[in-house]
Amino acid sequence: MAIQRDEVRRIAELARLEIREEDLDRVAAELSAVLDYAQALKRLDLTGCEALSFAPPAAALRADVPDGRRLTAEQALAMAPETEGGFFVVPPVMEGQDP
Amino acid sequence: MTARELWRLPARALAAAVRAGECTAVEAVSAGWEGPAAIWERDVHAIAHSDTEARVVGAGVTPRGPLAGVPVVVKDNLCTRDYPTTCCSRMLAGYQPPYDATVVRLLREAGGVISGKGNMDEFAMGSSTEFSCYGPTRNPYDLVRVPGGSSGGPAAAVAYGLAPLGLGSDTGGSVRQPAAFCGVIGLKPTYGRLSRYGLVAFASSLDQVGIFGRHTGDVALIYALLAGPDPLDATSRPGPPPDVSGWDGGVEGVRFGWPANLWRAGVDAEVVAGLEEAATWLERAGAQRVPFDFLPGEYAVATYYLVATAEASSNLARFDGVRYGHRAAESPDLHALTTRSRSAGFGAEVQRRILLGTYALSAGYHDEYYLTAQRARARIRREYEAAFSRCDLLLMPVAPTLPFRLGEKLDDPLAMYLSDIFTLGANLAGIPGLSAPVTPAVGGLPRAVQLLGPDDGEGLLLRGARALEVQGERARLERAHEVEFAWPTKR
Amino acid sequence: MAHEAVIGLECHIQLRTRGKMFCGCPAEFGAAPDTNVCPVCLGLPGALPRANHAAVAVALRLGLALGCAIREESVFARKHYFYPDLPKNYQITQYDQPLCVGGSLPVGDAGGELRYELERLHLEEDTGKSSHPVRASDRPFSLLDFNRAGLPLLELVTKPVFREPAECSAFLAALRRLVRWLDVSEGDMEKGQLRCDANVSLRPAGAVALGVKTELKNLNSIRGVEKGLTAEIARQRRLIEAGGAVEQATLLYDVEHDRLAVMRTKEDAHDYRYFPEPDLPVLRVEGPMLEAARAGLPELPWARAARLVEQCGLSARDASVLCEQRELADYFEACAAVADGRLAAHWVMTEVLRVLHGRAGSIGDFAARVPAARLGGLIERVAAKELPGPLAKQVFAWMLEEEGGVDELLARHGVRAMGVATDLRPLVLEVLAEHEAAVAQVLAGNTRTLDFLVGQVMKKSRGQAAPQVVLELLAAELARRAAGEAPPPAPEIGP
Repeated sequence: MAIQRDEVRRIAELARLEIREEDLDRVAAELSAVLDYAQALKRLDLTGCEALSFAPPAAALRADVPDGRRLTAEQALAMAPETEGGFFVVPPVMEGQDP
Repeated sequence: MTARELWRLPARALAAAVRAGECTAVEAVSAGWEGPAAIWERDVHAIAHSDTEARVVGAGVTPRGPLAGVPVVVKDNLCTRDYPTTCCSRMLAGYQPPYDATVVRLLREAGGVISGKGNMDEFAMGSSTEFSCYGPTRNPYDLVRVPGGSSGGPAAAVAYGLAPLGLGSDTGGSVRQPAAFCGVIGLKPTYGRLSRYGLVAFASSLDQVGIFGRHTGDVALIYALLAGPDPLDATSRPGPPPDVSGWDGGVEGVRFGWPANLWRAGVDAEVVAGLEEAATWLERAGAQRVPFDFLPGEYAVATYYLVATAEASSNLARFDGVRYGHRAAESPDLHALTTRSRSAGFGAEVQRRILLGTYALSAGYHDEYYLTAQRARARIRREYEAAFSRCDLLLMPVAPTLPFRLGEKLDDPLAMYLSDIFTLGANLAGIPGLSAPVTPAVGGLPRAVQLLGPDDGEGLLLRGARALEVQGERARLERAHEVEFAWPTKR
Repeated sequence: MAHEAVIGLECHIQLRTRGKMFCGCPAEFGAAPDTNVCPVCLGLPGALPRANHAAVAVALRLGLALGCAIREESVFARKHYFYPDLPKNYQITQYDQPLCVGGSLPVGDAGGELRYELERLHLEEDTGKSSHPVRASDRPFSLLDFNRAGLPLLELVTKPVFREPAECSAFLAALRRLVRWLDVSEGDMEKGQLRCDANVSLRPAGAVALGVKTELKNLNSIRGVEKGLTAEIARQRRLIEAGGAVEQATLLYDVEHDRLAVMRTKEDAHDYRYFPEPDLPVLRVEGPMLEAARAGLPELPWARAARLVEQCGLSARDASVLCEQRELADYFEACAAVADGRLAAHWVMTEVLRVLHGRAGSIGDFAARVPAARLGGLIERVAAKELPGPLAKQVFAWMLEEEGGVDELLARHGVRAMGVATDLRPLVLEVLAEHEAAVAQVLAGNTRTLDFLVGQVMKKSRGQAAPQVVLELLAAELARRAAGEAPPPAPEIGP
């Protein structure tokens, strides 16, 4: 099996998802099944194949002008769970927590 | 004109009637709701959000233009300022965007009216519309079966006549497969031909807005209205889109590839019979069958489930309960807020795919999984390019089975993924694909075939669809359909 | 055993563009919260980025000035981490194919002796800002403002070429000067337009391998960089000398209290899951764009300073001071076109800079009042000895407040510049006539009495005489007397 429960814990943390202890093995099995299937790619001859980045022929860069999409603060905050005085409110951000 | 006369009109005819003053836009939009929806919607559940007022307001605005007054069901992952846009996820319960998707704006500018938001698999992840937080959509032809997914809602709505047109999204087959399961036409354009601005992203390099319709001419019309580069979408394909005005031009001399190795095993006999029928019809119309073998679909499945989930895990990272969307109450700190909000907001399938994608991108596995898959895509694209040096179109199945039963594939995610085996390739390669109905299978279930074309081959695909429509005595099919979904007196 | 410090810097430069990196929102400082936002920079579902041409053009300017190799094709990538000020919970940046590679920055006075080598420059987007008001009654919380989210940043990474904290602060000062010189950024560290992180490690003197490094983040001022690095090097040294080992960590430095605090240790290191941004095509820098950037480059500060040394005979130090700002150098050169270079340099460096510092104004404001040609005219009069120094300074002070040329100003204030020999000669003769005894003393060899005579002339001229001219005239007259010529009759002194 490609993935074990410890690995599921690690990925879940990276993805900010909670997986209950009792579900870890099941999730590991489900993920492994797909990854095992993905081993099929090892049988494919990939000589001369560069990663297909599906970015089309380079689009022109955007000119540095307003594009008419600016929102009012009211619109920006309209769907927010909690706001105050034009700001979004969250539990404390530890100074310099993540980078 | 009465609602009874209006509801089954092709979009073109309906728009003409509105422009000629034979009916109002409000009447045009309401017809489907008064008739078929009144009987069918409760069981089929194609619509996630409807709003009579929004419909009326929308209808009132522009009773003019190529789509004057024409109702369109829009999948719930396309941003609409006057309806919620929830991707049928608890994560976005009640979310109403402050802007319209580009395709929605273009639709409105042409006079089209949003009839309602179509039900879908949550965040477009699924092949059956069983993963919607609002409950499943059922196949109008057989309520114990799925309509396909992830755009099951719009497909079903168009099928039973709520509206003549629908917009969905196709990342791995999510327009073509439900179109096939619901007996309507489903078009996935060439990557970049329809703007993705305002389409809530699932897999950025695979997503495309797609079109549902009951008539080839309608699909061609709306394609022409929506296609073209968008300054708001840097992945727009530059240059003018292919001209599809010749959709009724026939397929005389067109070569269609016949990769029979793909359905030698693992495909329902009924589906294979449908393919044979379509091949015969195309030949009758003057096209030429070119048999050759094609790369088996398992590589596409493997590639897709690494690339799509990787991009999805990234695109869905923005859902954290901070600026919009579900926020878990009483979270002591940021980590808890984010984790609890996401865990409560996302369904199991979405979480599964996020985990898979995160793994494929994570340090130590990136090259083995994600990078390898991106290279495999190049290989798959090469296969299509080689095929199109030998033929103009490829004919193949849409799905390996007829519409399956609700609940049948829920216990085995991999089995669900494998049902996309014939549609994934087009998304990986960026080429256009179309699902066109043929005669129903034994028992009356819808049956269809898939046509694939090279980049910007939409014109040829629509000609092929039209040829099948004509050859298949579509009128006969249409009459059968009318009997099936007749006006309120019958059920 | 002696240990040497090895330091590398990572600087973030906020680019001077009208709009943000991936959307059209204004890049404006100090606006009301969440008023410069749109679906893209707010990370709303369905929004898509588009790269700003101006940001690329500005980045190219800096890359070319630093002598970097510019990649014809560079790639945007997603860098993933969850943080509330990052709207998409990934940052669009550049990873293994950055826009610029290599390059170097000369530091020090004109001459380009010290060049610090760079690793790379790349484009990325800025994050929003969080603030943490403290209110006793409420539960703790933070506030987020996304005006800054999406602003264009250029990240500059040096090679680990620094050995002393002072080198780093000098580098940062030179970088700040350069980004302002090129109009790449306002470079105000207090406004966060120029930010600096440092990586520092110690190794035995003479060793080649690098030691374990720690990262010092968000050093918000040039002084903070130097002090922070000094503190961290001292900490690592103490640790090693006590027999311990340095652990990889990220630290914050509090410049107020001269204190280091560990933010994160190695175990919490990130897995950023980089992959190429699928929403953006490859960034192609085509010939015309590169040529336009190159053509738009002004003479670089170090080249200009070197030229001033050569052309105007300035010292390297003085040239460097004048080249601290491009506008100042422009101003100086315009003055020097009209007047003597060295004198102009002296005037600009003393008088002009004093005014600028005193009034906290810009060169532009100053030049509006006192255009270079005007000042140059004044300086030229001093050079020609027509104006004594003190009087010239007075005229300068008048120039700041009033219109008019030198003569106009003198006339308006009832002062005559008696620098011309014809003006002064009568006074000199008068003094000599009035002080026969003193003349005799000077002729007998008493130089102090000469000073007395000079002073008398100055007094008569009410301080308006140019002393050098007075001295010359006196000397000439005295020489004539010594030679036995008769003094000329004291002429009538005109009005």
